[in-house]
Amino acid sequence: MRQGKYPFVIGFLALPVLLYSVFVIAPYVQAFQLAMTNWRGVGAPEWVGFDNFQRLFEDEAFWKAVQHHGILLLALPLITIAIALYFAFMLNVGGGSRSGQRVGVRGSGFYRVVFFFPQVLAVAIIAVLFQMVYRPNESGLINGVLMKLGLDPVFFLIRPNLALWSIIGVLVWQAVGFYVVLFSAGMASIPTEIYEAAEMDGASRVTLFFRVTLPLLWDTLQVAWVYLGIAAFDCFAIVAVLSVDSGGPDGATTVLAVEIYRNAFTYSRFGYASAMGVALFFLTLTFAALTLRVSKRESVEY
Amino acid sequence: MSASPDHTSDRVDPSATTGAGLPAALSASRRTVLRRAAAVGLLAIPAAGFLGACATSGGDDEGTTEQDTGTKSATNPLGVKEDAALEIIIFNGGYGEKYATDVHEKLYQTAFPKAQIKHQATQAVSTVLQPRFAAGDPPEFVNNSGEKFLDFGALVADGQMQDLTELWDAPSVDDPSKKVRDTLIPGVVEQGMFSTPDGSRKPYVLYYVSTVYGIWYSGKLFKDNSWTAPTTWEQFTALCEQIKGKGITPFGYAGANAAYYMWNVILTQAAKVGGPDVLKNIDNLEADAWKADSVIQSAKAWAEIGAKYGDKSFEGLKHTDVQLRQNQGKLAFYPSGDWLENEQKKDTPAGFEYQLMAVPSLTASDKLPAGAIRAAGGEGYFVSAKSKNPRGGMEYMRQMLSKAGTRGFTETVGAATVVPAGSEGYQFPPGVASSQAALKTAGANVFNMMFDNWYKELDTEARTATNELMFGRASAEQWAERIQKRADTIKGDSSVAKFKR
Repeated sequence: MRQGKYPFVIGFLALPVLLYSVFVIAPYVQAFQLAMTNWRGVGAPEWVGFDNFQRLFEDEAFWKAVQHHGILLLALPLITIAIALYFAFMLNVGGGSRSGQRVGVRGSGFYRVVFFFPQVLAVAIIAVLFQMVYRPNESGLINGVLMKLGLDPVFFLIRPNLALWSIIGVLVWQAVGFYVVLFSAGMASIPTEIYEAAEMDGASRVTLFFRVTLPLLWDTLQVAWVYLGIAAFDCFAIVAVLSVDSGGPDGATTVLAVEIYRNAFTYSRFGYASAMGVALFFLTLTFAALTLRVSKRESVEY
Repeated sequence: MSASPDHTSDRVDPSATTGAGLPAALSASRRTVLRRAAAVGLLAIPAAGFLGACATSGGDDEGTTEQDTGTKSATNPLGVKEDAALEIIIFNGGYGEKYATDVHEKLYQTAFPKAQIKHQATQAVSTVLQPRFAAGDPPEFVNNSGEKFLDFGALVADGQMQDLTELWDAPSVDDPSKKVRDTLIPGVVEQGMFSTPDGSRKPYVLYYVSTVYGIWYSGKLFKDNSWTAPTTWEQFTALCEQIKGKGITPFGYAGANAAYYMWNVILTQAAKVGGPDVLKNIDNLEADAWKADSVIQSAKAWAEIGAKYGDKSFEGLKHTDVQLRQNQGKLAFYPSGDWLENEQKKDTPAGFEYQLMAVPSLTASDKLPAGAIRAAGGEGYFVSAKSKNPRGGMEYMRQMLSKAGTRGFTETVGAATVVPAGSEGYQFPPGVASSQAALKTAGANVFNMMFDNWYKELDTEARTATNELMFGRASAEQWAERIQKRADTIKGDSSVAKFKR
């Protein structure tokens, strides 16, 4: 092309690249370095090579956390997307067609606001809120009612096999609103004619949903899945604030972020915590790459 | 900061990072303490290389900067520079922060009018201070307490705490012929001693509050029902049965965040059954210390209390929630230390009358009498060796330990300090009065344990295991096995600094 192309391009790119290196790349590199040390947070780090990773392989808490991420990775996106899709379909298409325009069920404007509500609250507030909801005695929102009715209280966060699901419940509750909006936007861009044609051919709502809406929403779903997957790799605040004994009882709800926090800030094992961070980094990366590869398919043109 | 490629991390020399490799000639005598702190910093810079500098944002450079010193005199035995600034960090927990702002800081200000005092209170000490230490800009004086206290072991290993030998040997504020160490309850200086990386033991921590541990009940509730505090296990279980009959939960603690109140009870009783060496073995990470007969017996006994007289929902509650239930008359016995009365002040109904009883004895052949008790200096304070004005920090401690300082503390928070002279003739509220009386009854049969301060991972494991035990998911043997396993791991882990007593 013309002369001066490179100075022009570099002029535009230099600053963002610099900022990105300083604020994104550098901390990552540092975490990788720290993972190779036994830094205890206050003095100078000591190089220990791959010791931390070896320790990681023998650490029960680490494997428990990984296992919980596995459960979260399956449950969180599946449940959230299923509920959000259903709601979005009902809010946008479910009401049938009125004067040639697809509309949602009655009162959908109101529901839209209500569903989005949890998204406005800070995660920490939600965790505290659900502490009240799940409290194991008569002062809990759910158990208060149950006990008034003469039923036994449900120990949501105390029973080891119920605790993680109680936390997944909160995560889903919080996430659904956002995906309803996301899917609504996706559905709004599907041409009405397609629905009309399908309806004329006698398609039911179920058929409309599976044959028209879902395929045309594929790209949006893919994005949702990746987002929720990454969310499933985090969940720090909810678990840290809500669960008994931070990740308890007996590690039944722990996740990597909580273990990282515990090792870094309770045990002052910053090197080891960094090693966990590195493991988390690769897990997340692998997940994102796999999802994009597996879910790849021709996008439908219209 | 980012790493440049020519500073590769293999230049790190492990031996020089914590000062472990210092020649013995450098070890402490008066002024060399400061020089030593500086030397540790100096050695660490070239050795730790860029990796350290990066992670700690050049923290080690700070260790080499000049620290403030003044001239020593009768009124200034520690040689504080009079106009040097002093930063005080107070843990805003059970004792609040008022005692610092209203009493101690004023005393220091009076002694050194030109000094500028910066006060900061926090509920999360490590969250606030970790980056400060890492950046080499630590505050002079730290009240290292609460759920998020800084790991003492890590601080010792990194030479972050000021050697307090000079303070303990300094003349006390009130009587220049008496050393500060001689004004304290015996054992307090020793309690704050840690083994340094070079193998010697040095005093680093001031434990300031006289803390007595036991089981608490409402004097009023017991009087109204004409119950008396039990001393034997038979009396205790019989009373629990009676209390249960009244529809009150006999015994409880908070599983969500305060399970250590419970391992404290179990181990206190184990010390009575088998003698205080049981605890010493645990602290020193001796083989099978947790599996000692006395420990298992006691764990078994309390697991039964948990199953029969506890409330399953308490596992999901925080300590203040359970304490509130006691204040409401829904819970009879609650294990804690004597900070409890002050902590619950605003929720305690009039006439509730907190009372402490010693953990009941388990068998007739217990090695210690029923009145034996766990008591210690509580609430740890330290001076940062790498701060600008460590002498000011030590002088602040000296002022804290004066009669005016300790009396002021006691009057503000209603707790006794480790300086007996400070609370002479003071009328304590009923709870602390009862704990002080129990301390007197115990006489020489007072013991303490340290493992939770020394090895936080062991504390965490003991808490988790204790919840499993008390809420019926583990047997006493499994409980002991599990904690022992973690103790063994820590013992074999070369990256953890070990302590002995």
